[in-house]
Amino acid sequence: MNTKADYDGPILECRNLSISYFTRAGEIPAVVDFNLTLEQGGSVGLVGESGCGKSTVAMAIMQYMGSNGGIVGGQVIYKGRDLATCSEEELRQLRGNEISMVYQEPMASLNPSITLGKQLMEVPLCHENISEKEAYGRAVQILADVNLPDPERVMASYPHQISGGQQQRVVIAMALLSNPSLLLLDEPTTALDVTVEAGIVELIGDIAKKFNTSMVYISHNLGLILATCDRVNVMYSGVVVENGSVDEVFDHMRHPYTKGLFSCIPLPGTDKMAHPLVPIRGQLPLPHERPPGCYFGPRCDFFQEGRCDKAGERGTIDMRDVDDRPGHVVRCERWNEIDWENYRPEGVTSYPLQAGEEVLSIDNMRKYYELNDNSIAAMISGKRVRYVKANERISFNAHEGETIAIVGESGCGKSTFAKVLMGLETATDGDVVFNGKDVSELPVQQRSPEQVGSMQMVFQNPFDTLNPSHAVGSQLARVIKKFGVESDKHKIEQRVMELLDLVKLPRDFARRRPRQLSGGQKQRVGIARAFAGNPAMVVADEPVSALDVSVQAAITGLLMDIQHTYRTTLLFISHDLSLVRYLADRVVVMYLGQIMEQGTTDEVFAPPYHPYTEALLSAVPIADTSIKKKRIILEGNLPSVMSPPKGCPFNTRCPRKIGSICETEVPPFVEAGPGHVIMCHIPMEELKSVEPVIVQVDKDRPAAE
Amino acid sequence: MTDIAAGVQRRESRIVRTLKGLALIRESVVGMIGLALVLFWVAMAAFANQIAPFPPNATLYPLAAPGEFVEGMGTFWLGTDHIGRDILSRIIHGSRQVLLYAPLATLCAYLVGIPMGLAAGYRRGATDGVLSFISNVILSFPVLVLYIIIIATIGASGANIVVAVTFASAPGIFRIVRGLVLDLRNREYVFAAETRGETPWRIMLVEILPNARGPLIVDACLRLGYVIITIGVLGFLGLGLPPPDPDWGGMINETRQMAMSFPHMTVFPGIAISSLVLGFNLLADGLREVSLRD
Amino acid sequence: MLIFMVRRFGTMVLTMVVVSLLLFLLLEINIGSVAIKVLGPYSSEEQRNIWLEANGYFEPFYIRYFSWLGNFITGDFGDSIRFKVPVGEILWPRLANTGILGLATMLVVIPLSLVLGVLAGMKEGSNLDRGISVGSIVTTSIPEFASAPLLSAIFVFYLDWLPGTSSMASGFSLVQLVLPAMVLVLYDFGYVTRMTRASMAEVMMTHYIRTAVLKGLPYKTVITRHALRNALIAPFTVIMLQINWLLSGVIVVEFFFAYKGFGALLLEASLTKDIFMIEACAMVAVFVAVATQTIADVGYTYLNPRIRFA
Repeated sequence: MNTKADYDGPILECRNLSISYFTRAGEIPAVVDFNLTLEQGGSVGLVGESGCGKSTVAMAIMQYMGSNGGIVGGQVIYKGRDLATCSEEELRQLRGNEISMVYQEPMASLNPSITLGKQLMEVPLCHENISEKEAYGRAVQILADVNLPDPERVMASYPHQISGGQQQRVVIAMALLSNPSLLLLDEPTTALDVTVEAGIVELIGDIAKKFNTSMVYISHNLGLILATCDRVNVMYSGVVVENGSVDEVFDHMRHPYTKGLFSCIPLPGTDKMAHPLVPIRGQLPLPHERPPGCYFGPRCDFFQEGRCDKAGERGTIDMRDVDDRPGHVVRCERWNEIDWENYRPEGVTSYPLQAGEEVLSIDNMRKYYELNDNSIAAMISGKRVRYVKANERISFNAHEGETIAIVGESGCGKSTFAKVLMGLETATDGDVVFNGKDVSELPVQQRSPEQVGSMQMVFQNPFDTLNPSHAVGSQLARVIKKFGVESDKHKIEQRVMELLDLVKLPRDFARRRPRQLSGGQKQRVGIARAFAGNPAMVVADEPVSALDVSVQAAITGLLMDIQHTYRTTLLFISHDLSLVRYLADRVVVMYLGQIMEQGTTDEVFAPPYHPYTEALLSAVPIADTSIKKKRIILEGNLPSVMSPPKGCPFNTRCPRKIGSICETEVPPFVEAGPGHVIMCHIPMEELKSVEPVIVQVDKDRPAAE
Repeated sequence: MTDIAAGVQRRESRIVRTLKGLALIRESVVGMIGLALVLFWVAMAAFANQIAPFPPNATLYPLAAPGEFVEGMGTFWLGTDHIGRDILSRIIHGSRQVLLYAPLATLCAYLVGIPMGLAAGYRRGATDGVLSFISNVILSFPVLVLYIIIIATIGASGANIVVAVTFASAPGIFRIVRGLVLDLRNREYVFAAETRGETPWRIMLVEILPNARGPLIVDACLRLGYVIITIGVLGFLGLGLPPPDPDWGGMINETRQMAMSFPHMTVFPGIAISSLVLGFNLLADGLREVSLRD
Repeated sequence: MLIFMVRRFGTMVLTMVVVSLLLFLLLEINIGSVAIKVLGPYSSEEQRNIWLEANGYFEPFYIRYFSWLGNFITGDFGDSIRFKVPVGEILWPRLANTGILGLATMLVVIPLSLVLGVLAGMKEGSNLDRGISVGSIVTTSIPEFASAPLLSAIFVFYLDWLPGTSSMASGFSLVQLVLPAMVLVLYDFGYVTRMTRASMAEVMMTHYIRTAVLKGLPYKTVITRHALRNALIAPFTVIMLQINWLLSGVIVVEFFFAYKGFGALLLEASLTKDIFMIEACAMVAVFVAVATQTIADVGYTYLNPRIRFA
């Protein structure tokens, strides 16, 4: 075996790799004709939507396919050795030592009943002939290298005792312990909050430099690929459709799918009127229903019969070199024929705001939960009941036809706020005036059908937004009946059909079961359900965050169209600032149950910023090479809602903290302009003098071309 | 397409759909064996009068060995017992008792356990606390001790067995349903039903319960097997259905003194009850296997 | 943790009190029938009233209950109607016999089912797994009262290796213990095996096992250090709860083999309406069951660091 130092060829090569799963239904090809070359110190990204086979590639490199998967063609060559020829024992020596991996769910990847220290020390103890003491020293050192405070304490902890971001740092440390030549990262930040993600992404960048490790980075997020990789493979339905350097692919993409992918994602910093979102029509084909020839054919605007549906020798279209661009390959028959300059697909239009009357007015709303404290200390002090301040001092209003975005990370109180609005919880204090009536203390059972029907909700998870036991039509019919919109059977049925038309679903979907629908289609039904009672206001709780980007654009567009048609007020709860920038008229930024900043979208996205807004903006990964961001990495963990910091809730992580006042006094609401409110102790003049976070470097160049 | 909202049509389709789901059992070898065993005994019970060679309670010819041919009577395939009754005929007729009381008792237990579980899991809080405590108290009795005390107090009869089984099994069903509901109640479609102001009982029965049917069907098969054992045990301990009507447990009880000299009298009823229980257990295993596949 | 233990112990005591109340209600609320059971159906009205008066049965219900409970806690269970001696004199030796039988059963069941379950769960879907799974379904389908005659037929009637009764009339005999224990093992090991298998199979599917494999640990280390520790938490609970089931099985087995144990005593007491004996036996049975449940809960918490350090 080559030792780690004396090899200078490519670290990893995949040659015409094909991987299949074998199920009762037969062989399902997961990945077809996959090629990749990774040089020492290089980093390559695999990007694509769910089901495109990117994680399967990682598992194939690890030669860990489970009992029903297998490599059916091609080779994986690591440092010149075909891994298929290695014995189990040889593979074992490579894994964790030469090739290691970081996973999507850090909590699930760590053994819950063994201390982190033991789990870390195992790696060098099993691969190298060293003593326990040395292994301990190495583990402590590596924990310090991944910027974990107090490594000794982490060593003695169990996984559940540290935060998600820290867990992922431990997993990365574990992967680096034996100084591997190749590091595979499979969506390492997907489960984390955006400000935590920013820290991990920075760490990964540092590692590449410090340890000279080659990396394969798998993600669905183009922005993260831009931040971490120098080459990228765009995958679609089991094949790589385009491969090249990051700059080349991001700025001069050739494949219609790559183009489509970039047109789907909202980019902050671009004018939303000039750069409409363009959804990709249709759906990802199932592996056993792929069309002949180009897999993207049925969804492609440039599909040509007789050429694009003819398969090459590997079952799909062959890879072509892009002339004059060495290293850039594309799997398209017509790559040099398409006239991108004059391609103007129909995009999702956003509408200028014509706000009407006030629909919702919230004044100083609070929601506290009582919590029985059973600790011994609490029993002694007699303070058995504690309050969790889920929402504190919430004030804002919304007008007819307006879109208000509520932005924040996990634990910021968005969900509690939605529950209070919908009447599933009652407010502890303050007013929630909806259509002229205070509903803050009116649980949903006591609201009239009109009140209930006029405020409805679109949910986050398409996979359980619909009841799997009932047909789509009967679920919609129930809502229509419940809200008293119609009572006659035939009229109800008519209304169900209208609703399906409204969300652009075929009418015969009324008879389908939810499991026969794709995620995007379920979400459309969810929207139809919310609009069944002609609502004045719709609360959409992360309605697209669980969907693939190409579907996200379509659903977002649909929601905006319907909203515009009915002049509905839309409360859009989201963590995705890019999307918010694109569709919201006004933005409310929340942190630990309190509003940090609110104002129009333009106001919030430009200085003066609240320091938290500034950090949040900086953390958003942006898939645009012409954008430069200020780097702000937040230190520390998100505090628990159970024991929030005194004073300003953000003081424990704030990079602009001005002194002890932040820890003792709750900051005032300061008006930066009419309606633009920031809750901060920092003088307004100082906040106004801050540079913008997101800057377009070359304004002449179109963002994604 | 003209009448998608018609309630009758929808209800029919749900039953058909559940049956279709159950029909997947043919993909599981184990499940099919189980189904065959159960159907075999159902057929025996249904056509006992036609199949059984002799009347079950008739005193014919004492202590015949299995397969013994007696002039003028015929062959006693499984032999006869100490007072000369044909064991095969008694076993065939005995399946009626078991297949009547076991499903009935199980059904009653579900009718009690499901609403309790729904209420506790959905409402939580004090409702859950009280119901859980009650079921924990009942479950803390060793099962058979509970049966013996109940039956010894209220007397042995078919109806009392149903009562005792309901009392002793409902807490177990309660626990399962409660667990399922605690999981299902956090689904967004339940949340959606709450935000449109549905009543709690409608949410429990229409939104939650249908989605718990998979695990409950599996549990029902296992429980049926267990109730069959229970009825058998009670018969064996002399607390079962009153004689002379044949009852598998009772048959073993009546002849257990002779088990060491005439094993056929006790072994064959034992095999009968074991095969029926095995049928339900295999069926449950097959259903679980099939339901986990998709 | 301490709070949890205190609370769990409190629940246990409360359960016992409720159970005792239930039993008392069921068996002694009707004082007339108590007198009939004690003095026999041919006693006169007058005799019964004298007996009831003498034993304080005309006191209000709650006073009777508390004095009964007080006696119970101090170990005075009353006199057996059938044996005409204090209940304890009969009960404790019988309980010890059952303890021996239960212990013998558990000593076989625990290692057997853990080993089989782990082997089956290690490679889900393998032939070994299928064999063990189907085997354990078959054995749990044979109730004790069916397997007891069957095993007797084989080992007593055909092979003549073992004695057919286990009354231990001439002192303790290990040979006589074999058949009853075998019957209990046969019925009980399948369930524990299946639970262990399910737990092991679940653990083997987790991401942390994948992490351990992809760290390059030898397969043996993955199993012993990463899988077993987590996979054996659930079976621990199952085994403790199995003691509750064992108490049921014991009744059948003791009855069949004429083993002089606690289960047979409870059954005889029920059949002869020996109410003070029933009360004592039931309370002892429930106490054993509740105590093992409590141990199971506390042990589960202790074995699971996610709860222990919560």
